[in-house]
Amino acid sequence: MSIFARIRRIPFWSWLWFILGALYFLLPLYATVNFSLRMERDVIGFKAYVRAFEDPRFLETFLYSNMLAVLTIIASIILIVPTAYWIRLRLPEARRIVEFITLLPFVVPAIILVFGLIRIYSSPVTIPFTEIKLLQPLTTFEVGTDILIVAGYVVLGLPYMYRSVDTGMRTVDVRTLTEAAQSLGASWFTIIVRVILPNIRAALLSGALLTFAIVVGEVTLASFLGVPAFGPYLFLLGQHRAYEPAALSFASFLLTWIAMGLIQLFTGGQGQTTGAH
Amino acid sequence: MAQTALTQKKSITLDWKRWIGVFPFFLFAILFLILPSLRLFAGSFTGAEGEFTFANIIQLFEEQAILDAYWLSIQISAATAIGGGIFGFLLAYSVTVGGLPKPLRSALITFSGVASNFAGVPLAFAFIATLGRTGFVTALIKNLFNINLYQQTDFDLYSFWGLSLTYMYFQFPLMVLIMAPALDGLKREWREAAENLGASTTQYWLRVAFPVLLPSILGSMILLFGNAFGAYATAYALTGGRLGIITIQIGAQIRGDVLHNPGLGYAMAMGMVVIMAISLMGYSWLQKRSERWLR
Repeated sequence: MSIFARIRRIPFWSWLWFILGALYFLLPLYATVNFSLRMERDVIGFKAYVRAFEDPRFLETFLYSNMLAVLTIIASIILIVPTAYWIRLRLPEARRIVEFITLLPFVVPAIILVFGLIRIYSSPVTIPFTEIKLLQPLTTFEVGTDILIVAGYVVLGLPYMYRSVDTGMRTVDVRTLTEAAQSLGASWFTIIVRVILPNIRAALLSGALLTFAIVVGEVTLASFLGVPAFGPYLFLLGQHRAYEPAALSFASFLLTWIAMGLIQLFTGGQGQTTGAH
Repeated sequence: MAQTALTQKKSITLDWKRWIGVFPFFLFAILFLILPSLRLFAGSFTGAEGEFTFANIIQLFEEQAILDAYWLSIQISAATAIGGGIFGFLLAYSVTVGGLPKPLRSALITFSGVASNFAGVPLAFAFIATLGRTGFVTALIKNLFNINLYQQTDFDLYSFWGLSLTYMYFQFPLMVLIMAPALDGLKREWREAAENLGASTTQYWLRVAFPVLLPSILGSMILLFGNAFGAYATAYALTGGRLGIITIQIGAQIRGDVLHNPGLGYAMAMGMVVIMAISLMGYSWLQKRSERWLR
């Protein structure tokens, strides 16, 4: 084969688009790393990372955000798995409406959701049309705010978690599994916890990691509800520091990378995407 | 007659018991999604004295600042949806049917999964380090071409194009993730059939592949539009609230009643929901159309 024929076989345009795409992906990352390593004049070093990780506020907010993520994942699983299971097994006519609800978070973006949540839960919860108070305003005490923000995060993660779980249940034969377990005398609780959950663990894991990726760096809900989370901390740090925020930005990119890599590993497929920006 | 009435009644009570299984889900959805949305909806039709009114909605269309905010948001979302859509499509094309080696495909898909989730504050900081006044690429362009982006051109990272470039970072990867499976759905037989009938590659793409893919492409672009339209954190972290897109304006209204009319604030939020709802409906309609050929 002549050299010209060989060159002709190389898909020029495909390579061009790919290289442009790779540059778009990598340049901002390279710039961030490059910048974060230059805290000391004329020296390449990890000083910005040491400084950033040493700040006690970093650890506090980061652990707090991780706690919120874990609570959100647990709450989502408790809420969504039995619902999806029940719909598959007993109530197929509820599928449309439930799927519709799980898509609503696409129509109600985070900023609108937090607006509504604040307006509803910053005043006492009363029995409708009476003055009887059921609950003091959730936004006025810490546990209340935590409940509110976890509920908000469950809503933001709803489309991904539900789709994940539902797809997971489609691939295993839920009905046969249930009948088998029932004939062996298992209760509903046992069936869900010991039969269904282990069988959809790959789907659960991918939904959980996606939820984790949404929650850990989330800013909108966290800042408007005034919780000490990592996202608002990073934002404030960026207001008066230069190098440490760059270091933490790169670190959170790596974290997202790990979460997405794990999803790929467990599902072996295309992975999913979020829209919580 | 009595018999049927009886069985009907029995099936209703049975039904009621079956619906209990999904009760917790509905209760949660009502408390933390439906009620908050309804509160904003009701608020947008409520006047200062708690009376029903259309004044807020009317004012929404009269206040130039609000219309400008919507328009800016729509422009940024449309620009990044079209730009990200085209670029994402070309990338997806290059790794699926474009003839690039297989390993590049999985690398691109994984990277897209990460990038489409990489948003908010870290993304804004990354772009400041890249295209800010002292950014890496800014310096590179100055050294290579002797052009100072900030003094010799109109470029500003904290403006329309800067924010659009930043949004693109999560927009085109999303397009790649949606389009790659759709391009895989193009059947080899279609191409063979077209070639047997004497069609050129261009004809095949223009007359067969593109029409099949079109609903999918448009639908995905609408999804990208909504994705950018609802974004708040990235814009806030990048511009600190200086660029008045609609989410930033709503944020200001939540922090303190900057419009001096709470009802108008609610109406502004509802306007956003309406636009998001329209785009989601458009998306699902196009999705159904694309499923006719691509499965």
